[in-house]
Amino acid sequence: MGEAIVITSGKGGVGKTTTTANIGAGLAQAGQRVALIDADIGLRNLDVVMGLENRIVYDLVDVVEGFAKLKHALIKDKRFENLYLLPAAQTRDKTAVSPDQMRDLVGEMKQEFDFVLIDCPAGIEQGFKNAVAGSDKAVVVATPEVSSVRDADRIIGLLEAEEKHHPSLIVNRIRPSMVKKGDMMDIDDMIEILAIDLLGVVPDDEFIVVSTNRGEPAVLNPASRAGEAYRNITRRLMGENVPMMKLDDEGQGFIGRLRKMMGLKG
Amino acid sequence: MFDLFARVFGRDDASKEVAKERLRLVLVHDRASLSPQALENLKNDLVKVISQYLDIDDQGFQVDFSRHDDAMALVANIPIRRKAATNRNSL
Ligand SMILES: Nc1ncnc2c1ncn2[C@@H]1O[C@H](COP(=O)(O)OP(=O)(O)OP(=O)(O)O)[C@@H](O)[C@H]1O
Ligand SMILES: [Mg+2]
Repeated sequence: MGEAIVITSGKGGVGKTTTTANIGAGLAQAGQRVALIDADIGLRNLDVVMGLENRIVYDLVDVVEGFAKLKHALIKDKRFENLYLLPAAQTRDKTAVSPDQMRDLVGEMKQEFDFVLIDCPAGIEQGFKNAVAGSDKAVVVATPEVSSVRDADRIIGLLEAEEKHHPSLIVNRIRPSMVKKGDMMDIDDMIEILAIDLLGVVPDDEFIVVSTNRGEPAVLNPASRAGEAYRNITRRLMGENVPMMKLDDEGQGFIGRLRKMMGLKG
Repeated sequence: MFDLFARVFGRDDASKEVAKERLRLVLVHDRASLSPQALENLKNDLVKVISQYLDIDDQGFQVDFSRHDDAMALVANIPIRRKAATNRNSL
């Protein structure tokens, strides 16, 4: 019996889909059997981030409506044979599926997979309720900005009301040079305000854009800082105790520039 | 150069402090699901109820949320006019 984890945030555009793709690929690379569900019906995206958009035949709504079998709708990843994606329907909306249907579907998938990751849409309405319904655990993604933290707090409140999901936090797009200047909230600030466990910290990394362009999750690139952060998160989800990554502003801040000028590294 | 200066001596206008302060305030209301308007109504109702028993100074009356570590409290500061005490003595 596997574990279902919903990746959620409240606010849009903070990195839910990026996080789902990277954790999914990371877990698969570590040998786990993984299924990803794109629960963002009407705004499907996980397929392109994973580079699987050309293989879609059936989608989540087809399965729920009994029009296609789950095993026919699941798309096998091209890199890992133990990684699958169930894409969202693009021409329907969030009301095409109910929380009960999602609960049944995720329950069925947990029989087959070690991890079922659910990419939640932004907002707190039906799409959120659907995505959360079948999940055992929640991962809340937030960026170090007032609006994102506020929405994360709202989501955490909703999740804690159900006393079921044990939400933990991923801080995404942190910029060490700004933190150093005092112009960006740091991890401690966010943990103190939101009062939940920290699952990981992902730096703002240009390579995320490159990897999205290519449809290859950054976690698979050994040189990417964000990829390294996602590898750590993956290991923590598998139960390992991995220390938080040290975030220094490599080459960006004054010290970094000075180091560069003097030809020093790291 | 200012960068280095700021780092060494610390900045009290650092924008993250502003962000944290604004967040704290906005979250207190969000978490209690009470708008500033609702808080004002609560305050007026409190004044009404309490003045049935005590002679209070509704100008100095203050009600607000405050945070004690992890927990939240509704704290009311209610100045009582002297007259209330006199009333009790005459009972
Ligand atoms: N760590 C990062 N560094 C740089 N760019 C990032 C990072 N994380 C996410 N992004 C970029 O931010 C944008 C939004 O990311 P993503 O689509 O994952 O967010 P989302 O929360 O799924 O959005 P939505 O709410 O619309 O579903 C994308 O362009 C992505 O490439
Ligand atoms: Mg998304």
